[in-house]
Amino acid sequence: MTARLADLWYELPWAVRRVVVPAIAVAALVLYPKYMSNLPTQFPEMSTAVVMCVFIVMALGLNVVVGYAGLLDLGYVAFYAAGAYVAGWFATLQFAPHVHHLWAVGVPSDLPGVHINVWLLMLAVGAAFAALLGVIIGLPTLRLRGDYLAIVTLGFGEIIPQAVNNGDNWFGHNVTNGPNGLTPIDQLGFGSAIHNTFGFLPENYRREFDVNNYYYWTGLFLIAVTLFCCIRLRDSRLGRAWVAIREDEIAAAAMGIPLMRTKTLAYAIGAFFGGVAGCFFAIYKSSTFPQDFTLNISIFVLCMVILGGMGNVWGVMLGGAVLAYLNYQGLNSIGRTFNDTFGTQISVPTYSFGIFGTVIVIMMLVRPQGLIPSRRRRAEFAAAEEGVSVGKAVMEE
Amino acid sequence: MSDAILEAHAVRKEFGGLVAVSDIDFDVPRGGIVSLIGPNGAGKTTFFNMLTGAYTPTSGQVTFDGREIIGLPAHAITQLGVGRTFQNIRLFQTMSSVENVLVGMHCRMKGGIFGSILRTPRVRREEHRAHDRALELLRYCGLHQRVDEEYAMNLSYGDQRRLEVARALGTDPKLLLLDEPTAGMNPQESADFTAFVGRLRDELKLSVLMIEHDMKVVMGVSDRVTVLDRGEKIAEGAPAEIQRNERVIEAYLGSGAAGQAGATP
Repeated sequence: MTARLADLWYELPWAVRRVVVPAIAVAALVLYPKYMSNLPTQFPEMSTAVVMCVFIVMALGLNVVVGYAGLLDLGYVAFYAAGAYVAGWFATLQFAPHVHHLWAVGVPSDLPGVHINVWLLMLAVGAAFAALLGVIIGLPTLRLRGDYLAIVTLGFGEIIPQAVNNGDNWFGHNVTNGPNGLTPIDQLGFGSAIHNTFGFLPENYRREFDVNNYYYWTGLFLIAVTLFCCIRLRDSRLGRAWVAIREDEIAAAAMGIPLMRTKTLAYAIGAFFGGVAGCFFAIYKSSTFPQDFTLNISIFVLCMVILGGMGNVWGVMLGGAVLAYLNYQGLNSIGRTFNDTFGTQISVPTYSFGIFGTVIVIMMLVRPQGLIPSRRRRAEFAAAEEGVSVGKAVMEE
Repeated sequence: MSDAILEAHAVRKEFGGLVAVSDIDFDVPRGGIVSLIGPNGAGKTTFFNMLTGAYTPTSGQVTFDGREIIGLPAHAITQLGVGRTFQNIRLFQTMSSVENVLVGMHCRMKGGIFGSILRTPRVRREEHRAHDRALELLRYCGLHQRVDEEYAMNLSYGDQRRLEVARALGTDPKLLLLDEPTAGMNPQESADFTAFVGRLRDELKLSVLMIEHDMKVVMGVSDRVTVLDRGEKIAEGAPAEIQRNERVIEAYLGSGAAGQAGATP
């Protein structure tokens, strides 16, 4: 059925596929806050839409690791936490009474603590810190393969929140403020100088009436940047090397691809976008707590990648949007509609894990390649159905 | 000394108590075609895997082009100029023919993360040139234009073998290691392949080391033949000499066969 949809899509003229449809989609997304009040209540509210953006960025990042390079990572939440805590360190009162400001916007210039420009934090510092963490975790662990790698990354995904939770006393220093978390975090904004020149760019999001709209647009911007990087990388020398490693490590090495270096790069790039997402979400919530970073998030993001279609950026984005929506609003509003229609009193969100589990099982049975699979995955699954063994040459060693 | 591109000295590999390869001295002359033959389990592929860095020898030295390569990872050895194909075809199945060759060219290209994301003119030029070169190599190895964009998994068996060679040539090797390249080919294809290996040497100035079971191929193209049996080198010499060597005949056909079987091992 969906294969036929794909064929229809490719039959459309180039101009429609590459210009008209994307232009309409972008316009619809950007203008969403303007017309969403006219839509039924089942449509995502603005706060839900922001969360969806966060998870889409994360799903795209994890897709680099899992979908492109084929490295099963169950500890992705570690990088999300890294990004969030960078925001917590460098845009709060945490390091008061020291006062260090670097192009900080929207905060009084004598506010104690370290305050770095939030944009710089989100797009460079937080992300780079997460990427560095990715390299540090990756170097020892990426020597492992398949399931072994998954278990070790699972371990790191648990270690990081624990470490953060106990971080109010690391060798006598209060680094993370432990279970009390770090709050309040500086808000996004463009500062008075830019605001005075371009009136539509707010000085500080939190002072605007429709604060969620601004965070939503920022989220869209982050998705656009991430998507652009992912597509460019996929079609590059590095992207080919990832696919080669995913298919056959031994052959890839024999063709001159440095395994450790290439895998670590995938890990670091995935971590980078995890850091961006974590930093953004922490700023949006204006807080970060250790309990925000549970194993569930790693699994949840992995589900988005698998549900959407590993290796395909569009599928992964769809998967991220659908699952994040269901989790934060959809189950609730669908449940309410259900109860209203049938006069029942079921609290649908309480069954969320059961529902997600059922959805995944049904997907695996009906459409294991994901909602929108990549061409490669489709070919693999098609071949597997014909009984041809693909990709994994039997290892003589 | 310098006329050998690859030299192995007293190379030995043990797996637990099993001696797979026992203190072999071996070399490949520059521009030469050397065949490695021997009954199944003689240690040929193990020997190959040590040359390419997949295994580390228990003891011994291997120098390639004057450089010690023992202990180097596989990709570094490839970078020095050793290309290889696999006995059981190991193509990247869901990559097209062109992409497979491009992966082979990975270590000769430079495009990094930022260059790739920004698609700088340099990266764009490099990709363009690599793509042209890949097509050229595919033609050279006898693959037709219609398979350029086809996934490797959809290629015919013969084309997959050809693509393996094209991919190895993509690494721009000085020495090409072929592991049973004609396995599964019919006599005509094998004869064509024999001629092709000769062309690789004459036109691309490659040195070739191959493991081969088809004696027609071995005798037709080799400058020298080395025979392994149970991990030991039992004979080495020109093809004609090997054909008459009694120990070789014995290894293949069993003791006592030398008298009756005559020439062909």
